[in-house]
Amino acid sequence: MDLNYSAEELAFRDEVRGWLAANLPEDLRRKIAEYEHLSKDDLLRWHRILAKQGWVAPSWPKEWGGTGWNVVERYIFEEECGYAGTPPLVPFGLMMCAPVLLRFGTEAQKKRFLPRIYDGDDFWCQGYSEPGSGSDLASLKTRAVRQGDRYVVSGQKIWTTLAHYADWIFCLVRTDPGTAKRQEGISFLLIDMKSPGITVRPLILMDGGHEVNEVFFEDVEVPVENLVHEEGKGWTVAKYLLGHERMNTGRIGASKRELAKLKEFAAAQVNHGRPMTDDVRFRDKLSRVEIELTALEITNLRFLDQLRRTGQPPGAEVSMLKIKGTEIQQALSELMMQAAGPLAQPFRPVDGGDGFEAFTAALAPRYCNMRKTTIYAGSNEIQRNIISKMTLGL
Amino acid sequence: MNFDYNEEQQLLADSVRRFVQKDYGFEARKRIVASRDGCSAQVWSTFAEMGLLGIPFPAELGGFGGGAIDLMSAMEAIGEALVVEPFLATVGLGAQLVARGGSAAQKKAILPAVIEGRMKMAFAQTERGARYDLARVATSARRAGEVWVLEGDKRMVLGAPLADKLVVSARTSGKPADQQGISLFLVDREAAGVSLRPYVTLDETRAADVVLQAVEVGADALIGKEGEALALIEEVVDYATALLCAEALGAMKYANDATLEYLKTRKQFGVPIGTFQALQHRMVDMVIAAEQARSMACLACAKVDGETDARERKRLVSAAKVRIADACRHVSQESIQLHGGMGMTEEMKVSHTFRRLTMIGQQFGDAEHHLERFAALERG
Repeated sequence: MDLNYSAEELAFRDEVRGWLAANLPEDLRRKIAEYEHLSKDDLLRWHRILAKQGWVAPSWPKEWGGTGWNVVERYIFEEECGYAGTPPLVPFGLMMCAPVLLRFGTEAQKKRFLPRIYDGDDFWCQGYSEPGSGSDLASLKTRAVRQGDRYVVSGQKIWTTLAHYADWIFCLVRTDPGTAKRQEGISFLLIDMKSPGITVRPLILMDGGHEVNEVFFEDVEVPVENLVHEEGKGWTVAKYLLGHERMNTGRIGASKRELAKLKEFAAAQVNHGRPMTDDVRFRDKLSRVEIELTALEITNLRFLDQLRRTGQPPGAEVSMLKIKGTEIQQALSELMMQAAGPLAQPFRPVDGGDGFEAFTAALAPRYCNMRKTTIYAGSNEIQRNIISKMTLGL
Repeated sequence: MNFDYNEEQQLLADSVRRFVQKDYGFEARKRIVASRDGCSAQVWSTFAEMGLLGIPFPAELGGFGGGAIDLMSAMEAIGEALVVEPFLATVGLGAQLVARGGSAAQKKAILPAVIEGRMKMAFAQTERGARYDLARVATSARRAGEVWVLEGDKRMVLGAPLADKLVVSARTSGKPADQQGISLFLVDREAAGVSLRPYVTLDETRAADVVLQAVEVGADALIGKEGEALALIEEVVDYATALLCAEALGAMKYANDATLEYLKTRKQFGVPIGTFQALQHRMVDMVIAAEQARSMACLACAKVDGETDARERKRLVSAAKVRIADACRHVSQESIQLHGGMGMTEEMKVSHTFRRLTMIGQQFGDAEHHLERFAALERG
């Protein structure tokens, strides 16, 4: 048993770390570190820096621009990005639409969309959830009716992350409402966001941020060549994506960075004339999160090692990483707010904002925002259902 | 990076596992627990035969020169079977102090006998009021001509009633809780002035309070340098803690396996109770806790021997023990709850596993003790 990376893996990590240190623009690094809002331009700028380096789509096949890295190298790369505090790569094109096209798409679809995803020319979003279909996704109702060489789409999607930036949306739609099983009769469509009949309405979250939207479709015409896989086989496509989970779901790198920041910040906050880190009640919580994170990192490496040896795609392991990883992210954001104490109460300035302490004011909204992590991408309760079924056979 | 056991480790684990499955079932264990000594000579000699007692000791004395990692899988098997023989007291503590701190003559006199199963040992350290503070030693040892004279009252000495030799910590200078001035002595359990108050612990192992009244030992009984034993004690207790973490994995595995089986077979309202989501999610959380605990046990066993910086070693072992103690409590409590009334009874092995996990949570320091040590080492 050896818990350490090999010499080659360490060399790879150092290469990535060095490159990130030299190529992550300072203004973007600062925005992430200070929990500032990222614009579409910020996201695309980082996307294009990675694309230029050839690292924007590591898991793609080499002929489409993949790096050929193995599962451990991909993990190291993603965790190093988290640790360095890069802007996130928006996953909808690179890590969701592209794998689907590579597996189910026609040559024409691949040629049309993949290079534009790689270069950041098309910004994608995901149309899955509906007002009545959250965890129970197969109950979705958005309707697509075939009329000649096009589908006419009507209905509503919700929680559509970054739809307000998007050029394209991939959607699960119901093409046949009369099937015996709800999972049948669903199709996977690619829809141009500029199509007439699409309306995007922002859903402002409690931290004041605009990340998610409602997307309304009113008789939106979609050419049939934008159907992926066969009509009525959309659920197969959706399930394939679920099996395409990544091993960095635990977000170890980003949480390690947050932990280091929390320690530094808490040590600088004074409580009864002493640093907050000397407060036993606070410190015990901090220590427990740190220990949980250490355990999760090793758990993650154990799963990776197993994956590398068996060559199996990850299954319920990812659910475990998601549950623990998000609990840790939430705990860190809560402790950060707690460390700031009363200084975490200001939210936004009303008069110009001279002398307004933006960093401490960002901590409570961030705490609010991080509540989403145990809800999104399959709520932690759904993850427990998955483990219960897949691993425990209950 | 590689989390597999190597071939030798796997072979040892397989033979221990086969042995406990065949000869250390719940009924066999009950008979051992009910016996006069609460320990099976047969089991102990089998341990010796399979080489288990020699794994961490030097090859030139008949051992295998292995580390904690080499014992990890065997400790899991011991934990799963709830073995009551004093393996940890002898191999993890008593003989370990000799192996790491003893003179060549002491090692030669002790270790081959331990490896061959002829000698059991115990470490008499804890005292009333000391809790988990290893420096808080009031037992005294004073020089009287050619001999040392020991006086003191040791509590909760694991395996003492079964031990042939005790390693006793005693103060040769300074005040209780001083870092300096603690020494270690080899004492025959039968020596004049040594008296035991033996008892059965909650988890059905044998232990005792050990009273030392004018116990005389020779100059050759001193282990290591006079007054400088604390670092060695900390090192060995960390080592035993790492092994204990691995043992906990086995006990948690049993608790989880038994609970899952119960969820699948016990029916209420006409269906297996494992179909209820309220119970499924609790079972999942038990499994996640055990996985997280496994990761920390790997870390502790890998670093307890390999880490040369004592401060970092302590920090990592404490981190592991916090996670293990929390997981022991979580898994044991839930395993009883999910078994319902049956889990409360002595008839079910899971209630004995509960008792063992409860004790492991406290042994060598509970979660709070190790949180304190972890944080103190962080602050420097």
